Amino acid sequence: MEDRQGRSRHLVTLVVNGDEYTLAVKANTLLVNVLRDMLDLTGTKRGCELGDCGSCTVLLDGRPVNSCLVLAVEADGHEVTTIEGVAQNDRLDRIQEAFIENAAIQCGYCTPGMILSAKALLTRNPHPTEAEVRQAIAGNLCRCTGYVNIVKAVLAAAENS
Amino acid sequence: MPEEFDVIGRAKPKIDGRAKATGQARYCGDLKFPNMLVGKILTSPYAHARILSIDTSEAEKLPGVKAVITHRDVPDLKYGISPARWDENIFCIDKVRFVGDKVAAVAAVDEETVYQALKLIRVEYEELPAVLDPLTSMDEGMPQIHEQFPRNINTEIHQHFGDVEKAFAEAYHVRTDRFVGQRTYQSPIEPHSAIAIWADGKLTVYSSTQSPHYFQYYLAREFGLPMGDVRVIKPFVGGGFGGKLEPTGLEFAGAVLSRLTGRPVKMFYDRHEMFAHNRGRHRQYMEITSGVDKDGRILGVHANFIMDGGAYTSLGVASAYYAGAMLPLTYGFENFKFDMYRVYTNLPACGAQRGHGAPQPRYALECHLDMVAGDLGMDPIELRLRNARRPDTVTPNDFQVNSCELTACLEKARELSRWDEKKGHLPPGRGIGVAVGSFVSGAGYPIYRTDLPHAAAVIRVNEDGTSATLYTGAVDIGQGSDTVLCQMAAQAMGFTYENMKIVSADTETAPHDFGAYASRQTLMSGWAVKRAGEEVKAQLLDMAAAMLGVAADTLDCRMGVVFDRATGEGKLDFAQAARAFFVKHGPLVGKGSYAPPKLGGTFKGAAVGTSPAYSFATQVSEVEIDAETGEIKVAEVWDVHDCGTVINPALLSAQVHGALYMGMGESVWEQVVFDDKGRILNGNLGEYRLPTALDMPKITSALVHSEVPEPAGPWGVKEVGEGATIPTMGCYANAIYDAMGIRLDSLPLSYEKVWRALKEKREAASVN
Repeated sequence: MEDRQGRSRHLVTLVVNGDEYTLAVKANTLLVNVLRDMLDLTGTKRGCELGDCGSCTVLLDGRPVNSCLVLAVEADGHEVTTIEGVAQNDRLDRIQEAFIENAAIQCGYCTPGMILSAKALLTRNPHPTEAEVRQAIAGNLCRCTGYVNIVKAVLAAAENS
Repeated sequence: MPEEFDVIGRAKPKIDGRAKATGQARYCGDLKFPNMLVGKILTSPYAHARILSIDTSEAEKLPGVKAVITHRDVPDLKYGISPARWDENIFCIDKVRFVGDKVAAVAAVDEETVYQALKLIRVEYEELPAVLDPLTSMDEGMPQIHEQFPRNINTEIHQHFGDVEKAFAEAYHVRTDRFVGQRTYQSPIEPHSAIAIWADGKLTVYSSTQSPHYFQYYLAREFGLPMGDVRVIKPFVGGGFGGKLEPTGLEFAGAVLSRLTGRPVKMFYDRHEMFAHNRGRHRQYMEITSGVDKDGRILGVHANFIMDGGAYTSLGVASAYYAGAMLPLTYGFENFKFDMYRVYTNLPACGAQRGHGAPQPRYALECHLDMVAGDLGMDPIELRLRNARRPDTVTPNDFQVNSCELTACLEKARELSRWDEKKGHLPPGRGIGVAVGSFVSGAGYPIYRTDLPHAAAVIRVNEDGTSATLYTGAVDIGQGSDTVLCQMAAQAMGFTYENMKIVSADTETAPHDFGAYASRQTLMSGWAVKRAGEEVKAQLLDMAAAMLGVAADTLDCRMGVVFDRATGEGKLDFAQAARAFFVKHGPLVGKGSYAPPKLGGTFKGAAVGTSPAYSFATQVSEVEIDAETGEIKVAEVWDVHDCGTVINPALLSAQVHGALYMGMGESVWEQVVFDDKGRILNGNLGEYRLPTALDMPKITSALVHSEVPEPAGPWGVKEVGEGATIPTMGCYANAIYDAMGIRLDSLPLSYEKVWRALKEKREAASVN
C-alpha cells in the first residue's frame, strides 16, 4: 500500500498492555510515535529522540528498551508494556506506590521510564543491591531528584515484594 | 516545629503523585486538539549573518503545509526583560546573531511534513565576522552585534559600598585570584512545547512554562491584545530550572500560525533546539580580591567580572547584577566593590539557571577564601566562622537579613562530616572541602515593571463542605508547589490536606502570580494562600458560632473540626458549618494577596537581590582522586540548610538533593561547547553529560532552625530549591585541593583538568 508520495505502509501487529492492535506504519515510524500518536498512550515520553535520556522506556517482551530507538516494524509480533499497563486496573504496582511514598517523583517526566526500568529489574532480580538498582536506572536521566529518593523507592519496593 | 501545626510540617504525599506514577499526567506535548497542526521554527545556520532574502514559495507548495511565516508576518516589536534592553524579535529581520536564531516557521499536518517544509525554505545570507570570545568582544573594531549597544556591552555595572581601597590599605593580607566559569544548560527532561489556539479574537496558549502570567503579558503586548483576551495555561511541566521562564519563539510563532490557519497549532523544540534556544548559565570570568586582618576577618572584597551573555539580553541583566549582589550575604564585611561587564557574543543567549547568577561567583569566592585561609595558616571552617553573617544585619548593598543561622550551619556541617578528624588526616588522594551559600526567598521586585501584587489566591469551599479548591497562579514545575500550597491552605483554614483540590497556573481561572523563579512561591504564594485560608476560617467560625449560639472567638477549627477553644471539645464538623454557610450566604470563598514591603537601597541596580528573607547553607564534601586518570569520585556530601519552617519535609529534602545534583553536574561534567563557527558541538544528552544514578555520592541533608522564626515568611518559611546548588562547585574544588594540592581555577573541574594539573605538578617537582 503506497501513499501519493510513493511511501509504502506496513501492517504491524503489537500486543500493548495485553491488547492487540494492527496498525499501518511507515518503514521509519518509531515505536514511541506509534504509542503516543496512534494509540494515545502518552505516558511514554519523548525527551531526546536519541536514546540518551530514557524517558521513552517501555518493556519489549519484558526487557526495557528506548522506544525512540525501536522501529514499529521491529516491534511487529511483540509484546509491549507501557506505564499505562503497570497498574492492575485501579491497583497500583508496588513500585508505583513506593515512588509516591518515598517522594521519588518531582516533575514526573522521567517517572514512567524510571518505573519501567525498575520493573524490569525487580522481575529478573527481586532483591537487588543498591548498586544493582543504580545500574538498572543508569540509562534513565532525571534532572530533579539526584536519584536519591528513586533509589530508595526501588529498594523499598523490592523489600515489600 | 511547634505542636499546633497538624497539616504543615508533615511529609504529605504529592497531590499529583498518582497521576505522574501512572502516566496519566499530561504535559504540553501530550495534548491534542481536533484539527490540530504541527509547527516548527527554522533557525539560522550562521553565527552572524545578514539576511538578504527569504523565499518560502517552495515550502508553501508542499502538500500538507498550511502556513509559512517570516518576520513579514509577525509584529516587529522587540521584547526582553526590561524596556532599556528589549533587543529580541519574534523572527530576525535584517540579521541573524547566533546559530539557532529564529528566521521562519511552518505549520503542517504532521511532523514529517513540517521537517520537509523547513528544508524547502530558501534563505540567502551574507555571512559576517562573528564574535565568539567574550574577552575580546568589547575591543575596538570588533563587529557590532546590536547597533544600539556600542562595543557589544549589554550591561555595565560599577557599584562601590564603603571604601575597598582603604580596606585593602589597612589589611594585613591582600590577595587576588582569577577564575573562569562555563556555559551550562538547564536541560529539563521535557522539551519546550506550546499549543496556540487563536479563535474568536481570543488567544489561548498551553505552554511548558514557569510563568503563565509573564507569557500572557508578553503575548498581549506583542499582539496588541488586552490581557483578558490572552489565556495561558500550564499543563504538567517536566522541569524548568530557569530555562522555561521566558517566552520562546514557540508561543509567538504558534499564535500567528494559528491565527492564519484558524486551527490549533502545536509547536515544539527538539533536544538540539533546546540547547540552541538556551537561556542557561552564563560563562563568567571572575577576579576576586580581598583584604583580611591578622585574625582572618574580611575587611573588603572587590569582585571584577565579565560575563558572556550570548546574542540577546534574555534575563541576563538580572543575572549580571545577581553575580555580585549575592556575595556579601554570607560574610559580614562592610566594604564591597563590584564591577561587571555583560557582553554580547554570537552565541545562544544566556539567562537564569538555578541559583541565577550566583553559583559561579560563589565558587570563585569560596576557592579564594580557602587560599586566604591557607596563607594565614587557618582552618577554612574557622575562617568562615569568624566572618559568618549574623541575624538582623544589613549587607553593604542594603539587603536586610532577618533570620540567619549560617554559623549553626557551619558548626553542624563540621560535626556531621567529622571535619576535625578528617581535615589534614585523610590518606593520600582523599580530601575534604567546605563552601557556603545564600539565596533569596523570592525577588523583592516583580519580573517586569508593574504594581500588581506578587501573588494572589482564592479558596472556594465546595457546596457540601467536604472539599475545598485552591485557585492560585503559582506554578508547579515539579518542585511540589501545588502540594505545599494545599498544605498551607488546609492549615490556615483548619481543614485537611486530603480534602484539598487545586486549580493552578491558568491565567483565566486562577488569580495572578508571577510564577516559579527566584525560589519565591513557598514564601510569596504561601502568604497569599495563608491569608485566603484565614479569611475562609473566619467566615466559617462566624457561621458555626451562629449555629451554636456562642461567640465566634470562643471557637477554633482544626483538621476539619470546629471546637471550643477553652475545653478543646469538638462541636461541629467543618463540612456542616460550610454547608450551612452556602445555604445561607452562597459560596464560602476566601482571598488573599501578597506584595513584599519596599526593600533595598536607592543606588542603580539596588533592586536585584532584594528579598523578604534569605536562606543560608553550608556544604562539606569528601572526594577521592585517582592520580592516574584524574577521575574525581565524590564519596559523600553533607548539606546543612537554614531554610526556615518546613512545610513538607519529604519535598524539602528532595529539593536539596536535586539542587545539589545540579551543582554537582556543573562542577564536574557539564559544559556546552562550540566549534569555531559558533555551532554547538554537544547539543544532546549523550555528549552534554548529566550525572546518572551511578555518579551520585551519598548525600546527608540536615537543617538548622533559628529560635525566632523568620518574620517575613508565612509561618517562618524561607527558600530551599536553589540554595543547595550554590556552594557545590566551590566545595568540590576545595576538596580536590585538599586531596591533591592542585587548585582548579576553571569550571568544570573535569577529570582531564585534574590529570593535567597533576602532571604539571609532577613535572614542576622533578625540575626542582
